[in-house]
Amino acid sequence: MNTPLRRVGLAMLAMIVLLLANATYIQMVKADEYRADARNRRVLLEEYSRQRGKILTSDEVIIANVQSTSDSPQYQRTYLNGPLYAPVTGFYSLRYGSTGLESSENEILNGSDDRLFVRRLSDLITGRDPRGGNIVTTINSKVQTAAYDAMSQNEFTGAVVAIKPDDGQILGLVSTPSFDPNGLAVLDAAAQLKYYDQIQDKNNPAKPMLNRAISDNYTPGSTFKLVTAAAALADGKDKNSQVTTSPGINVINGDTNCDTDSDTCLANYSRSSCGDGTLQGALQKSCNTAFAQLADQLGEEKLRDQAAKFGIGQSDLDIPMSVVPSCIGPRDQCMVIADRPSLFQSGIGQKDVRLTALENASIAATIANGGSRMRPQLVQKVLAPDLDEISGYNSDEVDEAMSRDDANELRDMMIESEKNTSGPGKRDDLVIASKTGTAETGVDPKETPPFAWYVAFAPAENPQIAVAVVVESRDVAATGGKLAAGVGRATINALVGGS
Amino acid sequence: MTQPGSVGLLAGQSGDAEGKTAPTRRGTELSMLAFAAGLVTAALMLVEMNQNEALSLRILWYGLAYLALFGIAHVAVRKWAPYADPLILPCVALLNGIGLVMIYRLDLAGAEKALRVNAEFQNAVPKQILWTTIALAMFLVVLFVLKDHRTLTRYGYTFGMVGLFLLALPAVLPGAIAPPINGAKIWLVVGPLSIQPGEFAKILMLIFFAAFLVSKRDLFMAAGRRVMGIDLPRARDMGPILVCWAVSVMVLVAEKDLGSSLLFFGTVLVMLYVATERAIWVVVGVSLFVGGCLLAYQLFDHVQVRVAAWLDPFANYDEGGGYQIAQSLFGLGTGGVAGTGLGAGRPDIVPLANSDFITAAIGEELGLIGLAAMLLVYMMLAMRGLRSAIAVRDTFGKLLGGGLSFTLLMQVFVVVGGVTKLIPLTGITAPFLSAGGSSLLANYILVALLLRISDAARKPQTGQKPKPANQAPIAEAHTVMVERPQ
Repeated sequence: MNTPLRRVGLAMLAMIVLLLANATYIQMVKADEYRADARNRRVLLEEYSRQRGKILTSDEVIIANVQSTSDSPQYQRTYLNGPLYAPVTGFYSLRYGSTGLESSENEILNGSDDRLFVRRLSDLITGRDPRGGNIVTTINSKVQTAAYDAMSQNEFTGAVVAIKPDDGQILGLVSTPSFDPNGLAVLDAAAQLKYYDQIQDKNNPAKPMLNRAISDNYTPGSTFKLVTAAAALADGKDKNSQVTTSPGINVINGDTNCDTDSDTCLANYSRSSCGDGTLQGALQKSCNTAFAQLADQLGEEKLRDQAAKFGIGQSDLDIPMSVVPSCIGPRDQCMVIADRPSLFQSGIGQKDVRLTALENASIAATIANGGSRMRPQLVQKVLAPDLDEISGYNSDEVDEAMSRDDANELRDMMIESEKNTSGPGKRDDLVIASKTGTAETGVDPKETPPFAWYVAFAPAENPQIAVAVVVESRDVAATGGKLAAGVGRATINALVGGS
Repeated sequence: MTQPGSVGLLAGQSGDAEGKTAPTRRGTELSMLAFAAGLVTAALMLVEMNQNEALSLRILWYGLAYLALFGIAHVAVRKWAPYADPLILPCVALLNGIGLVMIYRLDLAGAEKALRVNAEFQNAVPKQILWTTIALAMFLVVLFVLKDHRTLTRYGYTFGMVGLFLLALPAVLPGAIAPPINGAKIWLVVGPLSIQPGEFAKILMLIFFAAFLVSKRDLFMAAGRRVMGIDLPRARDMGPILVCWAVSVMVLVAEKDLGSSLLFFGTVLVMLYVATERAIWVVVGVSLFVGGCLLAYQLFDHVQVRVAAWLDPFANYDEGGGYQIAQSLFGLGTGGVAGTGLGAGRPDIVPLANSDFITAAIGEELGLIGLAAMLLVYMMLAMRGLRSAIAVRDTFGKLLGGGLSFTLLMQVFVVVGGVTKLIPLTGITAPFLSAGGSSLLANYILVALLLRISDAARKPQTGQKPKPANQAPIAEAHTVMVERPQ
């Protein structure tokens, strides 16, 4: 009888082995899936019982904090001046999840990041409640406030992005109209629901939750001429190279003698001849025909290469929030200019060309930085709960987009362009290099209000800030100079304001 | 005795048992008990820490009280079963202790929840401690009364009848005394007490089967006809066992207790196989089982619901019973390899966390490591029992020991497999861990029987074999090879 007993023993062993193998599968292979399942309340309950870390600006303004409550969950998230910093912090809600840095830096903020492991362990031993780490952003509160105020005072819809050219730190990230993340962090579920209903895209045409700086891209219009100019400079041209001054150019065959009223004729804004026949003159006056012809002469490949060097077409940019890609082609063929007519139009930033405000600021910053493109980043430092620094800022040069000489030449041309740009905020003691853009939108551009752009950096000789402003205008006659330049200059003045 | 290819782990200990000065190894048992009590105390300390309760010497006293409780059991074993296996009792102490800590931990969570919604909450742990004490007392009684396990063969049929009666009791009694709880009509509720007679019936029936198979063993192997290569015993020899099996399965289906049904059937099958040494029984039994499953699936809605919830708990999340198993999986997944730490997870989200789903709670808070350790303790416990069955000299002891060990492990397989989505969920309790008095009581009786058998296995044989006067001759017969007449 011992043989069958031993076999029964083997069967018993097999049963235990089966259980162990299955438990291993559940708790190792499938664990992450189960942990992340939306129906698993454990993770959220756990996070809410933990003191979440703070989010600060680089000048140490606490923009997201926690407040103890007597209830369960134990802590409530609070935001300082919520609408101002909402594009940076995003929101954190028990009901609706999280966005912005609250989402992309969640592991630091909730304390589950591996880098906080040792501290978690010591917290466990000393019996202190584990706390989350803190995020110090690159945001400068003066720049952010100035940009937001300039936009909201005028009730502009749009975005402002400011970048420090030499290391890519994002000094300002503004999107208007904005929302108050406090409304989604309140513990009262009914109040949360009500506020969310009020601001969500389908109920609110102003789309306050859309982060226009990084999650939406706009036709760049004339600001894209900087890219075309950069490609031309790289191709051996200089600021004195001859370009056409013709009032229009035929997008089928490139003929510069065309009727500016015809559909196939791409005309200057004034519908008359433009510039003094030099590249510098064409940029200063923002001549469409000159840049359309340049794009055609350079060809699709050179224009695309230059665009790619500036970061257009990059689909995996995380700052750490992910940024929608900027494109020169249609959405499904981001870096393809379909045909010759499209090439003409792409040269002046029309047709399928679409840039995020962040990308356009990054182009300005690259020119300001002597052609070397730094990856834009929003997080300056990660601090442990006890404020020890866990990681600092690593500037990251992504690409040499232009030669230093070309960049300086383009800068000089932008200084001339700024002289030709109207709008408030000009100062005698500050040299700004800029380019405006008035991007036609819609099927019938003559009837649709354009996007007004202003990209700039200053001081021109020693750039400390590069900005891009985009305003969704409500007026058909709006121009970049009229609307956006004032916002851009206010943003610049907040940082390099002498007086 | 030892055959080529046999499993080392199971190799019998009969060799050293022959020696006159065989060590009793009671010292090992005591130190292992102290170790188990230490682990349980540490676990309790972790819960208190993670639940932000003040740490105090009180915990140490609890640990010592627990050790004292098992110390009494140890003294009883020393006196009444001095050669018993030294690891069985410590394994039980560890499992029971961790179970108590876990139930206490879930009580804390339940009380907190009740406080929030201003509800009444009844702690489960005082009851469980009381039941543990009663169960240990029962354990002492069995060890004291039953000096030789072979005595049980005398009452084989009686046990069988009582077992059947107990099994059928909740099914035939009116709902006032035997209300269906969680779909199963297996409880007797008398005042504040609720009893699951099926738990005791299982052991009684097991004793009956062992006794019956031993007395009819030769007939099974020799008499009968050979049909299609299968040796069928004579119908009259098979009659009682078939009737018994059919009735119990019918009762279990009527009571909608799928888990016990599976457990019971598996155990009978294994005992039949061990007794006859014919694998064909397993084949026949498994095909019977598969057929029964298919039939049950067709006939009973609650079986279909269980199967659907098993196949895809997430698709049947809101209705269709997937919620519980899905929450169990979420808990296990959140625990991961290392677990959230005792007292730091949310095992209370899973319904029935302190009974059927207690292993999910352990997997969440102690992680894969803790769950695996728990499974290995169960394995050690069952293997120790099986090893005693192999080493014991009489066939009844072998059959009973094997059956008891297997039924213990099978319970673990059914409940842990159900909780971890390996097999469809069938509500049974995890031995020694789950809250529930009947299960605890029954399993302590089971362990007392195993200890009795292991004591017999390792006791040095005196030259003169003791001959109990009224012993059924077949029960003391040695294992013999019986040739089948050609």
